[in-house]
Amino acid sequence: MSQVLQRTSATGTRATKVIGALAILVMAWVVVSGLVLTPQDVVQGESVRIMYVHVPSAWIAYLAFIFTAVASASWLISKKHSMGFDRFAGASAEVGVMFMAITLITGSLWGRLTWGEFWQWDPRLTTTAFLFVTYVGYLAVRRLEGSVEQRARRSAVVAMLAVLEIPLVHFSVVLWRSLHQGATVLNPNGDVKMDDLMLFTLFSGVVGFTLVFVWLVLHRQRTMLLVDVANRQGLDAAIAARKIEGSVN
Amino acid sequence: MKSDSSTRVSRGKVVTAVFLKDIQIELRSRVVTNQVLPFAGLVMVMFAFALDNDDVLQRVAGGLVWLATLFSLFIIVQRSFAIDTADGALDSLRVAGIDLSAVFFGKAIALAIKLIALEIVLICGAVLLYRVDVSATGLVLLVTCVICATSGLAFVGTLYGGLTAGAKGRETLLPLLLLPVVAPVLIAATRATEAAFGSGGAQTSEGWAWIGLLAVFAAVFGVGGSLAFGSLIDE
Amino acid sequence: MKDAGFIFGSYIVTLGAILMFAVATLRRAKDSSQSVDEKDKTWL
Repeated sequence: MSQVLQRTSATGTRATKVIGALAILVMAWVVVSGLVLTPQDVVQGESVRIMYVHVPSAWIAYLAFIFTAVASASWLISKKHSMGFDRFAGASAEVGVMFMAITLITGSLWGRLTWGEFWQWDPRLTTTAFLFVTYVGYLAVRRLEGSVEQRARRSAVVAMLAVLEIPLVHFSVVLWRSLHQGATVLNPNGDVKMDDLMLFTLFSGVVGFTLVFVWLVLHRQRTMLLVDVANRQGLDAAIAARKIEGSVN
Repeated sequence: MKSDSSTRVSRGKVVTAVFLKDIQIELRSRVVTNQVLPFAGLVMVMFAFALDNDDVLQRVAGGLVWLATLFSLFIIVQRSFAIDTADGALDSLRVAGIDLSAVFFGKAIALAIKLIALEIVLICGAVLLYRVDVSATGLVLLVTCVICATSGLAFVGTLYGGLTAGAKGRETLLPLLLLPVVAPVLIAATRATEAAFGSGGAQTSEGWAWIGLLAVFAAVFGVGGSLAFGSLIDE
Repeated sequence: MKDAGFIFGSYIVTLGAILMFAVATLRRAKDSSQSVDEKDKTWL
């Protein structure tokens, strides 16, 4: 890993290298502590170990989507329409979608161990799944053909519409479940009696995942800039070539 | 983009013109009546094959009506915007400096009329095929539900249709974007319709809470759509 | 001890996804980096 970091200086700086090294250290500690050092939980048993990766990735996923929404709003509001906002929104959404997928997978593995089922039609789970699908759609909109400005405008509007959509989805699912059964939502997080080491591991998980998030978003948005510039240069070169062709004839 | 107020066409006129244009295209081409309606009817029959149980069908009839409506919504929206982008009609409206939120409402009203026609046929189909009963009080609830749910569907359908118009791969992108957004409509309209049908012993009075959700949805996306539609079409 | 598979599985999925995303990003950056001018790389 460190070799890869050293050799590819395309989007790396001293700051990203420090963040990356810290992230690897903290993540290594989380894995060792989460899998080996921490005791099993009184209620959940060994399955509580999944929480040390599940909770931080859920936290990062939600954070990423908030960042995307804020960056999209900033792009729409700002007079300059700085493309930096757009690239940050896109990079944050991509990383967020990945962490949301991790959240859903680790969550359903945990659910199978604790509830005996992979999935519960609980409002929080359902809203999370809808958030995931909505941002998969957002990323698809970003891949539509068109100029960089078109991409920015379309995706910013879609991100704003997602902000309208998600509360409506959440509210309707809450209403739907509350009519079916008296909100018997299994709330296992509340049952857990965590000792100091368990809490510290969970906290380190949040810190480690945040560092990973920062590292990934920094590299991803710089990569996006590189690809945008490379595409524009490719287009300019093609136009210049056609012009030369035209002047010869 | 701003034109002189003296040369500017009034909003109401634009809404009516766009609405009449879309309805006229439908009256001439008869795509909804000759293709989408038979498709939706076929979906209803296919549900009966798949579920293969009279009691179950009666119980879930409300949901099936709205699912068939959603499937048809994708087709109608795609068709409506395919015509507009093929002739560059949207571009010329934009270049002419016409208020795009008026275009949004015109298209949404036309879409709502088509959807309501479709839903009436589907609900009659449910009464005939799935043997559901509608009482007089249930009918009032059902009509309100159809109007509120359809307004919401028409607003989001027009909005996301405008977004994907002219883009490659829109046939697959539109359902991906639209389905999560219309999930609240599916939930609320299904519950309200079940209450109107009395499926599973549901009382008519239980349905009215869901109408509120449908109305909020329609209002949010009516306002959001009229603000956002312009910038989605705009280059 | 069927729990072990689920627990290790969730750690492998998490770390594997992060690693794959990181490698893919770095690789894409490298591919388009050569054709881009140094002055466009605002972070350097």
